Amino acid sequence: MVRFIGQRLVTTVPVLVGISLLVFLILYLMPGDPAQTLLFGTNATPAQVAALHHQLGLDKPLYVQYVDYVGRLLRGNLGESFVSQQRVGSVIMAQFPATVRLTIAGMLVALLVGFPTGILAAVRRGTWLDSLASGVSFLGVAIPNFWLAVLLILIFSVKLNVFPVLGQGSLRAIILPAISLGWGFAAIITRLVRASMIEVMNQPYITTARAKGLSGQIVIVRHALKNAVIPVVTILGLQIANLLSGAVVVESIFARQGIGSLAVRAILAKDVPLIQGIVIFVAVIYVLLNLLVDITYAFLDPRIRYG
Amino acid sequence: MQLEAEAPLRRTMDQHERGWLDHPAIAQFLRNRAAVASLVILLVLSITAAFAPALAPHNPTQINIVERLQSPSLAHPFGTDQFGRDIFSRIIWGARLTFFYAFIAVGLAGAVGVILGALAGNAPGWGDAVIMRCMDILLAFPGLLLALVVLTILGTGLVNAEIAVGISLIPVFVRLVRGAMLSVREREYIVAARVIGCSPVRLLTRHILSNVWSQVAILATTALGWSIVIAATLNFLGLGVKPPTPEWGADLAAGRQWLNVAWWVSTAPGVAIMIVILATYFLGDGLTEALDPGLRRR
Repeated sequence: MVRFIGQRLVTTVPVLVGISLLVFLILYLMPGDPAQTLLFGTNATPAQVAALHHQLGLDKPLYVQYVDYVGRLLRGNLGESFVSQQRVGSVIMAQFPATVRLTIAGMLVALLVGFPTGILAAVRRGTWLDSLASGVSFLGVAIPNFWLAVLLILIFSVKLNVFPVLGQGSLRAIILPAISLGWGFAAIITRLVRASMIEVMNQPYITTARAKGLSGQIVIVRHALKNAVIPVVTILGLQIANLLSGAVVVESIFARQGIGSLAVRAILAKDVPLIQGIVIFVAVIYVLLNLLVDITYAFLDPRIRYG
Repeated sequence: MQLEAEAPLRRTMDQHERGWLDHPAIAQFLRNRAAVASLVILLVLSITAAFAPALAPHNPTQINIVERLQSPSLAHPFGTDQFGRDIFSRIIWGARLTFFYAFIAVGLAGAVGVILGALAGNAPGWGDAVIMRCMDILLAFPGLLLALVVLTILGTGLVNAEIAVGISLIPVFVRLVRGAMLSVREREYIVAARVIGCSPVRLLTRHILSNVWSQVAILATTALGWSIVIAATLNFLGLGVKPPTPEWGADLAAGRQWLNVAWWVSTAPGVAIMIVILATYFLGDGLTEALDPGLRRR
């Protein structure tokens, strides 16, 4: 197990280096002088541009600049936003909790909708309930989250006036965003749970459990569901990251705070240090989540550890 | 006399045609009604997109304040938007942008992906490792994030948004092609071809790639759906087209302000996007069934 984790950590390092390199290069891949880009929109004199050029260390060789950049990253220094002049790290951390709340709420929606529907569809396989569940999950896959969000606003806020269109803080305000974010994932869970439940229900040990005279519910919950959960757990970790990028859209539509709406604003304002900070922050979270998922999975399934 | 002479020819032609339709893959595909319907829908939409200037009843950017926010009618089948523009015409012109750029984005991703994947699948260990680690890095940026990086570098705009979409799809193609090649390479018939002295180039183009194409075609269909969603999302967020360009995602976003008085403004592009995604989804499903002999129903 220790060896597996060690190997997995070693393969993570080049990915992290690559991410930092790509993010570092954003500023240099943009057309024009980086100092000019940073001063974009201000009425900077050539002398000021030259001063910034020197101050940023842009006159040093590129690899020295990169090493400096990584050094700053490792010390947790993501630079300063050049729109608000605030430290990028603190701007991100101020917005992050809102995104985490939304992601967790979206995940809850996905689990609460996906699991029961998938189990029901598998147990009542071939009935109208199964068809209904499949139909809804097809739609879940086909509706992009921004269109679902607009539909939900139209129905529940504009027509029925049950939930607020915008705003945050209250529990009611997070419901529509959470559904918009989690619905697609709920559809994926439904299909996964249904497929793996059907497979598990055909196993001999289920027949044995039935033959012992156990009730249908006990067999489903204790014997079938337990084994059907494994594939869902695997994709759960990966989907958290997809929910994070879905948050970009949902936060913007519902005008909520969070990393996603921050990213869109940063791009429209050409706030390069802020974009770099957000990208590296989310990418690192994604890589670490992947690592965690792999380790958890290896822990659960010895075949992967020794494979 | 003449008829008798033609008869055998006609018979062979008949056989030939029946043979074509009887090909197991095509027969299987035709049996999947959802996939056939999807193919028809996508073809009709592509043709509509190609001939948008001739087919659209109105100018999509013609402002007509007198007729603003009219509900669907005979003159305006999908109603009019906040500037009195005909939504039906905007949907048709929007299809043009959506399809044209989605094909380009997927074509770009597919071409680069297949080349890199083929290289990785055949290169010595270190070459494979370099390509795949680069792909791992691209894959480390979930979904939209990579597109946002590209937009930061290139600036916002429609073409840049589509380049962003294309780049974010490359790793998926590379992984598929490399994986398929590694598994095909060890099959007996490849070993046999190598043994009888087949040149590496011929081996690759004739024996290995021909077995990878079907999987690339399936992925490309699915990727078409993804690229349409990502592009519509970027346009929805205001990072792509600039007004008054008709585009489904951007039009959907613009219609949001009028939801309480004119639901149809956002609904038309929303339904259009949904139909296209469902169609690519079912088509991909049908292709998978048809092209993978293991899944073919008998």
